[in-house]
Amino acid sequence: MATPLVVSEVAKSFTMHLRDGIRLPVVNGVSFSVKKGECVVLGGPSGVGKSSILKMLYGNYAVDAGQILIEHQGHLVDLAHAAPRAVLEVRRDTLGYVSQFLRVVPRVSALDVVAEPLLARGVEQAAAREKASELLAKLNLPRALWQLPPATFSGGEQQRVNIARGFITDHAILLLDEPTASLDATNRRVVVEMIAAKKAEGVALLGIFHDEEVRDAVADRVLDVSAFSPRKVAA
Amino acid sequence: MTQTPLLKVNDVSKFYGSRIGCRNVSFELWPGEVLAIVGESGSGKTTLLSCLSTRLMPSSGIVEYHMRDGQYRDLARMGEAERRFLMRTDWGFVHQNPADGLRMTVSAGANVGERLMAVGDRHYGNIRATAADWLRRVEIEEDRIDDQPRSFSGGMRQRLQIARNLVTSPRLVFMDEPTGGLDVSVQARLLDLVRGLVHDLGLSAIIVTHDLAVARLLSHRMMVMKDGLVIEQGLTDRVLDDPREPYTQLLVSSILQV
Repeated sequence: MATPLVVSEVAKSFTMHLRDGIRLPVVNGVSFSVKKGECVVLGGPSGVGKSSILKMLYGNYAVDAGQILIEHQGHLVDLAHAAPRAVLEVRRDTLGYVSQFLRVVPRVSALDVVAEPLLARGVEQAAAREKASELLAKLNLPRALWQLPPATFSGGEQQRVNIARGFITDHAILLLDEPTASLDATNRRVVVEMIAAKKAEGVALLGIFHDEEVRDAVADRVLDVSAFSPRKVAA
Repeated sequence: MTQTPLLKVNDVSKFYGSRIGCRNVSFELWPGEVLAIVGESGSGKTTLLSCLSTRLMPSSGIVEYHMRDGQYRDLARMGEAERRFLMRTDWGFVHQNPADGLRMTVSAGANVGERLMAVGDRHYGNIRATAADWLRRVEIEEDRIDDQPRSFSGGMRQRLQIARNLVTSPRLVFMDEPTGGLDVSVQARLLDLVRGLVHDLGLSAIIVTHDLAVARLLSHRMMVMKDGLVIEQGLTDRVLDDPREPYTQLLVSSILQV
């Protein structure tokens, strides 16, 4: 069985054309892999490039050099060079992502926001909503909110909608960008349990967790991103 | 994947005398894909849309369409009658100004029913029932079916135009600034509606807009145009979150945050 996620020699910089073309190096020589059932946590101080790495892995940021190999339906896809429709297919079937903030769509209820990834994969609406309800209940989101669009929800409520949406599918790889940042202790524990369940199912997880308690509970190993920071190399 | 592109665009240029409309544009559009073309006024995005939808003849280059019979046809070599038939049945075109896409002096129901008759529907009862169903889908009260669009608000007219275009189950819809002249609150409703319909019907769409938020919400992929050229293209969230070209960075950084 292939390793679900292999990152090799990835480099990324930003060129700020509106600031006289200043080039900001972000990361260099990023190489690591995540096995099935393993949870790897990206560590290091703020601004060292942890979120940028997650965004490159999701196809959200372009990659200057290197490869991001993802096992997708029995073959390897290099996400660093894949065409947009290939990236979308990988996102639909293999690669999930819980972002820090929920991007809300006007008029779409919390329940449907959560159910959408299943609908996109052709699951019946009733079944998708039932699974969404299960997850929202598990995350203690008040039932009165389920039919409302999440635009007016609190930060913690929006984050729980986001987590439910990310966890609803059986994607083989899951990227987590501080999923517990605005949650109370009870809900943090729920998320820790949900991550443990994903690991038991053989999902490969890669995440950023600033909360030490959560990190210690979920991490199989911590990868220090400052090793990839070009600023450190220069120093 | 055994899918084939719905539209193949190869090196399309359009010149107005010595002035450039659009230049050397090539891309493929796949079934179910929504492509946004963004850029400021005069960047050539509407010219490109017109060349793709056969409203203008390109000066050079080829646009091929995958017909329902499985063959690719060069749109420029198609007869006028055949092209008109394609536009009335397999394609939709949503204009910025609904008055350009509707017949303002016939009823809402007839505006929708007319496209059905173009594909051979003759049974009055069925046509009326389908029209009523489509008015409901675009959130227009059924008792407005006999009213003329002249008596409708801007948002209602735009929704009616969308119903008129989608009633024949087209495979490809062109949209030129579909939310252009509408209030923000009306825009949100229309965008949500379009998003739902595109998803439910598995439509392919090409949407010209200068509004990056519209592109973000509706499109999978986007092309940024400047001075007639496509200067950057890619996955919509990649282009908006990590713009590479100076002009794209300017566009993205000019969005007002609320």
